[in-house]
Amino acid sequence: MSKPKPKIKKEAIIMPKQEPKDRISNFEEVALGYAEEQAVAEAERCLQCAKAACVEGCPVEVGIPAFIQLIRERKFGEAIKKVKEKNSLPAVCGRVCPQEEQCQARCTMGKVGDPISIGRLERFVADWERGQGYKVPQQSASTGKRVAIVGAGPAGLTAAADLAKLGHDAVIFEALHKPGGVLIYGIPEFRLPKKIVEAEAEYIEKLGVTIKMNAMIGKLYTIKELLEYFDAVFIGTGAGLPHFMRIPGENLCGIYSANEFLIRVNLMKAYDFPRSATPIFVGEKVAVIGGGNTAMDSARCALRLGAKEVRIAYRRSREEMPTRAEEVENAEEEGIILEFLTNPTRFIGNDRGWVKAMECIRMRLGEPDASGRRRPIPIEGSEFITDIDTVIMAIGRTPNPIIQQTTEGLEVTKWGTILVDENGKTSIEGVYAGGDIVTGQATVISAMGAGKKAAEAIHQYLTKKRTK
Amino acid sequence: MHKIVTRRELAPQTNLFEFSAEEVAAKTEPGQFVILRIDEDGERIPLTIADADVEKGTITVVCHEVGKSTKQLGSFKEGECILDLLGPLGKPAEIKRFGTVLCVGGGVMAAPLHFQAKAFHQIGNRVIGVVGARTESHLIFEDEMREVCDDLHVATDDGTRGYKGLDFLKELLKKSKVDRAIVMGPVVTMKIVSELTRPLSIPTIVSLIPIMVDGMGMCGACRVTVGGQTKFACVDGPDFDGHQVDFDELMARLKMFTAQEKLAFVFQEEGKRSL
Repeated sequence: MSKPKPKIKKEAIIMPKQEPKDRISNFEEVALGYAEEQAVAEAERCLQCAKAACVEGCPVEVGIPAFIQLIRERKFGEAIKKVKEKNSLPAVCGRVCPQEEQCQARCTMGKVGDPISIGRLERFVADWERGQGYKVPQQSASTGKRVAIVGAGPAGLTAAADLAKLGHDAVIFEALHKPGGVLIYGIPEFRLPKKIVEAEAEYIEKLGVTIKMNAMIGKLYTIKELLEYFDAVFIGTGAGLPHFMRIPGENLCGIYSANEFLIRVNLMKAYDFPRSATPIFVGEKVAVIGGGNTAMDSARCALRLGAKEVRIAYRRSREEMPTRAEEVENAEEEGIILEFLTNPTRFIGNDRGWVKAMECIRMRLGEPDASGRRRPIPIEGSEFITDIDTVIMAIGRTPNPIIQQTTEGLEVTKWGTILVDENGKTSIEGVYAGGDIVTGQATVISAMGAGKKAAEAIHQYLTKKRTK
Repeated sequence: MHKIVTRRELAPQTNLFEFSAEEVAAKTEPGQFVILRIDEDGERIPLTIADADVEKGTITVVCHEVGKSTKQLGSFKEGECILDLLGPLGKPAEIKRFGTVLCVGGGVMAAPLHFQAKAFHQIGNRVIGVVGARTESHLIFEDEMREVCDDLHVATDDGTRGYKGLDFLKELLKKSKVDRAIVMGPVVTMKIVSELTRPLSIPTIVSLIPIMVDGMGMCGACRVTVGGQTKFACVDGPDFDGHQVDFDELMARLKMFTAQEKLAFVFQEEGKRSL
């Protein structure tokens, strides 16, 4: 009788989470991460495909089967080293990447059961390393070249880390008072603890990168001035300008952009007011407008700040939501009301200039639009009024315009994004760009991929270029 | 870290601070502002720049204690440091040869107004200055303004010094041909002066500092309606056409966090007592 084949476990190991009833009253992390045994058990499910489709799904091409194999062997230190060959922010990516659309979407195991939880495993090894203290890889010999990086978000941090590893002197100029960009001002503590962002930024500094805060390029120095001191410049200023709908009543008190709301909560720690000096107001009935991750984040923050009822109004339906699946599930578990095919038409104020109600119209879906999603069309006469006292507009962000306005000769698209070639090179010699400032609002990992690609191109450029 | 090189009390709860900020000073033009953060728990406080000294590498602001954070800043001494200073932010004021420029400064804003009045004077404008305050003891920068103005008027709300209120401006505007007016001060002052210059079609520029968080166009807390359009004071301003600004909306929005500000203040006072 032949030995039975080891049975493949079809179900993924579940990652422990804080219970909804507990987590809605705190800002601590919702997902708690795998314990060692859970990580090893999940890693054992991996088929170690010879042609790893998962790697193709990763914008920074992490050696996924290799690091999972090392987890299986309990060589966690080597596993994280493997991840960091390609990804300098693994604790962040393990938490916020849309893995279900990327690496995990292509996992062979996904055809017979749950795909391997690659994100959770990446998070596990990154957290394991942080617990042990970072090991800084040996530095390449200094090339004597200097590169200025504008913006300490995912694109800038990645570009700087890669350039430093190659021996270049990278200096990041960040306009805010903390590094991380959207990781620090946008994504809430309960999804991405700020101490993790701080630790990952510190690791990047240990690689030899200098981060200069409170330095707004375009105001303090222009790109041209930077080129006098640096051999190359990378622009990763992101898409940080909030959209409004331009409907009546939008400037009433109690109406925030998601950016304002989240900056107050995340960067300024308004949830700890008054210990933290920045205030925030959240009423009893909150409406969040929009259907993306930012809308989910805003709604869940509002709930934690004491709102009795939080509803998300989205003009399309559930299928079109550009949201990480896990976050919609978390939001619904917490009691957030999702109202689809609904769009506000005006806000109604009281005599003191505060919002007290909103008028919405019902929508139906028509033919697909430029985004490939079915276009929402208002249903005439379906307007209705809902009492609310707080509104958060989470309907997208546009590129930060200051560099484009202050840099002569920098080619820009009609959407305000910076025009680059396939390597991230702009119309000015020695100036590269990547991330949301080039693509418009996208994901953390795609910005990191762009930072990586630009770093390679800058390296090529600097190696060819004669020393000044 | 930015060291307080000079601290001078100008009026009750009103202090002048000169901070070392070499890079910022080198780029500052009249009309721009900075954002300060006192410490790790601190708010981002926007303050209009009242002067910049490139050689010393310093910038000057004047701050009136109105809430928790400004009161905390007021307690700082010369030689001490604040954590963060970001700037220069906002568009610089349009300093050109207009002819006769009326510069009206109310309360602490008389200090940044002086920065502009000086610049207008230097390039050959005739400058008519007005400094105003609630009451005599709150008047600041009168002497400094006198040096750069061809003509200076003083006004107080209660009439303890100079004219009582701003009604005298009606006569003044009748008598003198004014080509441009600059108004910096409380919203109500900017509104009143804008209403006085409107029938005379005198271009009137007001400098708005609504509630702000990042100060670089990201949050939209500082949105104001100007000519029916929403603008962000931090990047589209702070200077706007006073005849187009919706001052009532601005006043309502400035009160958005009044309840929280009171709470923060109580929290701070309690903290002091328990120490």
